[in-house]
Amino acid sequence: MARHWRAGAAGMAILGLTLTACGGAKVGDDSAGGSGESGKCGTFNLAVNPWVGYEANAAVLAYVAENDLHCKVNQKDLKEEIAWQGFGTGEVDAVVENWGHDDLKKKYITDQKTAVEAGTTGNEGLIGWYVPPWLAKAHPDILDYKNLNKYAANFKTSESGGKGQLLDGDPSYVTNDEALVKNLKLDFKVVYAGSETALIQAFRKAEKDKEWVIGYFYEPQWFMSEVPLKKVKLPAYTSGCDANAEKVACDYPVYKLDKIVSAKFAKSGSPAYDLVKNFNWTNDDQNTVAKYIAVDKMKPEAAAKKWVEANRSKVDAWIK
Amino acid sequence: MTVAIEKPEQTESVGKQAAPAKPERKVNRSMVVAAIFVVWLVLFVVLRGKQTLALAAADLTDLHRWLNDVNDSIGANRNSNPLFLYFFNEIRLVIDNVVTFVQELISQPTGDRPVPQIGWLGVVGIAGYVSWAVGNWRVALLAVAGFTFLGLQGLWQESMDTLALTASAVLVALLFAIPLGVWAGLSDRFNAIVTPFLDLMQTMPTMVYLVPLTLFFQIGPASATIATLIYAAPPTIRITAHAIRSVPETTVEAADSLGATRRQSLLKVLLPMSKRTVVMGVNQTIMAALAMVTIAALIDAPGLGKTVVQALQSLDVGTAFNAGLAIVVMAIVLDRVTTAASAREEASRGSGSWFLAWRRPLLGAGGVVTVVLIYMSHTYVWAAEFPGEGGIGSNIASAADTATNWAQDNLSGLTNGFRDAITNGLLNPFQTLLTDSPWWLVGAALVALGVVLGGRTAGITTAVCVGLLVGTGVWSDSMTTLASTVVATVLVMVLGIGFGVWMGRSALVDRLLRPTLDAAQVMPPFVYLVPFLALFGATRFTAIVAAVVYAAPVAMKIVADGVRNVPATTVEAATSAGCNTWQIITKVQLPMARSALTLATNQGLIYVLSMVVVGGLVGAGALGYDVVAGFSQGQLYGKGLAAGLAIVLLGVMFDRITQAAARRAGA
Repeated sequence: MARHWRAGAAGMAILGLTLTACGGAKVGDDSAGGSGESGKCGTFNLAVNPWVGYEANAAVLAYVAENDLHCKVNQKDLKEEIAWQGFGTGEVDAVVENWGHDDLKKKYITDQKTAVEAGTTGNEGLIGWYVPPWLAKAHPDILDYKNLNKYAANFKTSESGGKGQLLDGDPSYVTNDEALVKNLKLDFKVVYAGSETALIQAFRKAEKDKEWVIGYFYEPQWFMSEVPLKKVKLPAYTSGCDANAEKVACDYPVYKLDKIVSAKFAKSGSPAYDLVKNFNWTNDDQNTVAKYIAVDKMKPEAAAKKWVEANRSKVDAWIK
Repeated sequence: MTVAIEKPEQTESVGKQAAPAKPERKVNRSMVVAAIFVVWLVLFVVLRGKQTLALAAADLTDLHRWLNDVNDSIGANRNSNPLFLYFFNEIRLVIDNVVTFVQELISQPTGDRPVPQIGWLGVVGIAGYVSWAVGNWRVALLAVAGFTFLGLQGLWQESMDTLALTASAVLVALLFAIPLGVWAGLSDRFNAIVTPFLDLMQTMPTMVYLVPLTLFFQIGPASATIATLIYAAPPTIRITAHAIRSVPETTVEAADSLGATRRQSLLKVLLPMSKRTVVMGVNQTIMAALAMVTIAALIDAPGLGKTVVQALQSLDVGTAFNAGLAIVVMAIVLDRVTTAASAREEASRGSGSWFLAWRRPLLGAGGVVTVVLIYMSHTYVWAAEFPGEGGIGSNIASAADTATNWAQDNLSGLTNGFRDAITNGLLNPFQTLLTDSPWWLVGAALVALGVVLGGRTAGITTAVCVGLLVGTGVWSDSMTTLASTVVATVLVMVLGIGFGVWMGRSALVDRLLRPTLDAAQVMPPFVYLVPFLALFGATRFTAIVAAVVYAAPVAMKIVADGVRNVPATTVEAATSAGCNTWQIITKVQLPMARSALTLATNQGLIYVLSMVVVGGLVGAGALGYDVVAGFSQGQLYGKGLAAGLAIVLLGVMFDRITQAAARRAGA
């Protein structure tokens, strides 16, 4: 009995093999089209932090590095803190949109000396309090913090304990909002939404249903092209006015977004380093690519290709 | 997930002693509980707002700063520390190699090959063959259909990356977990030592240890695998220990009296007899590993998690749902196959007959076919790369988008009323009571409740937990989280009993609902939270809903199981005595399933606690937000860690009280 089966199995195997002999194109037949040798650039480890604006920077840089410099680009999806850690171990070469993060700069640039700055990206980051456009239109005076108390009652929610709700957001960035509310004597309570998703959904719904929402937000941000939020004026920022976290009573500074690279990468002589160092574009440029990705739902590579092809002269300035 | 297990034993012995005094004691106990609340309320009115230990979001305690310093110094000394050079780096290398090997086999191109060694046809073949070999032909069919569906969704490579990572993590986890579980099953002392660690592994939010983990094991597959197995290994350890313990004592004695050595009785008696339950543990480990997919994506773990995370950055719910669905499909296939495998263990022993005689040759033939499929998928392009553009995936995505938009546009008016009723009627008063009472009053009340409900030991545990909670410096946030947790657990139990009884009484309902329940457990929360955020806003209520969606399925499954296990003869007797359906449920089935109800409460609570961090992302604030903020900002790291510990402490406290209460109620 057993022998019977063994014979049958062998027969089936032979049958199978003969069948497959005429089964179509073989793997490796067209190997010519595979990834070309990477030349002198070598490998470029690019951290990708989890927000769309960053993704736009990374996509364009990766596209140029691959197609013009023939680097092998490894894009790594990492949260900021973890990306910075990677400078020391050689797993990350560059972070290409950094929002302030003085604590990380102190730790990795000043103390551990594993990272160095590589100039600004040309983008300016604004952080502040925003309201949906309908509200700014219906009550223009709301755009000044002095008038916020007048409207506080309208911002009440189930979470705000009888005061107006100031929706705070993404914990990735420093917020002084609790101190601001206290020091500007506003009749508001800070409620922590906890994520960008939660903030965007709140503003999206507020605009659609004409609801009262005021919250922490920032630009450049792809969502601004869907709902152009209006920024509320706070007492102007002066250098050092935010030195004491508890006494802050002024607006957030304008962040010159910058690039950080690992110390090793900066010394490596890789053309990818020069590319990162020279990379510079405007908020409009980034918003365009971010819109391709977030609103038009293009793949990041496709979005980068489209932008690079339309802005060849800018790209050429980075790689010459 | 804690203790799906420790319910039956001990119940009896404790129960017997308590039984005679029961009627009297019961009245007393509920009166004492009521009295505790009355005293608490009175003192609350007097002392409101004093000694509440509130701490603002940006404020730190000395403990938090110290934890920051520890973290920094580890990072700074990483490259010179021998522990790193010779210990962690070696572990990292081994695990990296395992994962890379599996990836090159099924998901990633290797060397000159533009495709992995085994293409889709081979993987589908293996999935079908293995499922058939360890389970039955029905699950084999399911496996083939499920895996093919992943390809049709246009997510073949991502799915295989996820499978590779999950498989490696589960493999490594089992390597440690089964021996540890056996040890814990044999030794009471080891069991007592290991249990707190298992609690810690399961309730400590992953975000707390994700950053240090990448410090220890660097960015890459090793960190992702280790993060996954920390969370996924405990169920196997617990369930294996439980399985070993529940082998009837008489059997072991019989083996002993026949002169079996310790080793023999372990290998020939204990292990074979507990095989079925151990497979259930493996099943739980696989499910837990799949639940980590999106978290691991934050440290560059390849696979479906990345697709979800990336899509959600631009709130692309459709794409995220499609990828989430792939995770669900994979989970259901793996769950059904392992369940069938454990059922086979039992069935195969009974049936000898003709089937066994034919099984060998059939398996051999199937093996040959599989090898042919693998060969073809290795050689031919059409069998290596999944054909088509994944059109079904984009259909699913756009359908999900449409459904989400419809719900957002049409339901929001209805839902706000419900939210406000729960928030103002239940949550706010309870939260005020907890956060505005002096800490020592809340602590005393908790300890008193622990003693009354769970006995002296539970009281001592509670006291220790309360003390440590104060020590973490996030007492006030803990109380806010506690309030939401309790409300969520109440809702979980309402749903759990409602649906659980329905499922327990009708096999058809059970079969229809179960896939939905599985989906709710493994679907990445943010996929369904985006529409919920539109419906309920960024509020504590949204966080409660998220927790209920995740925790209610477990409660339903446990209650259904309990109701089904009520002897049919008892129910028949009640029916013939003239009871109507309502009476049968309330007077017979629920009371007799009491231990299942307590277990469901216990598990429901632990599952709710494991969603605290997700809650922090959608407006719950408190501990969840502390953890998230600590994950994102260096200077808040210590506070996040303290908040994570606070979540663990809350979990341990409730686990011990409910378990002790369950043992008493078992009478």
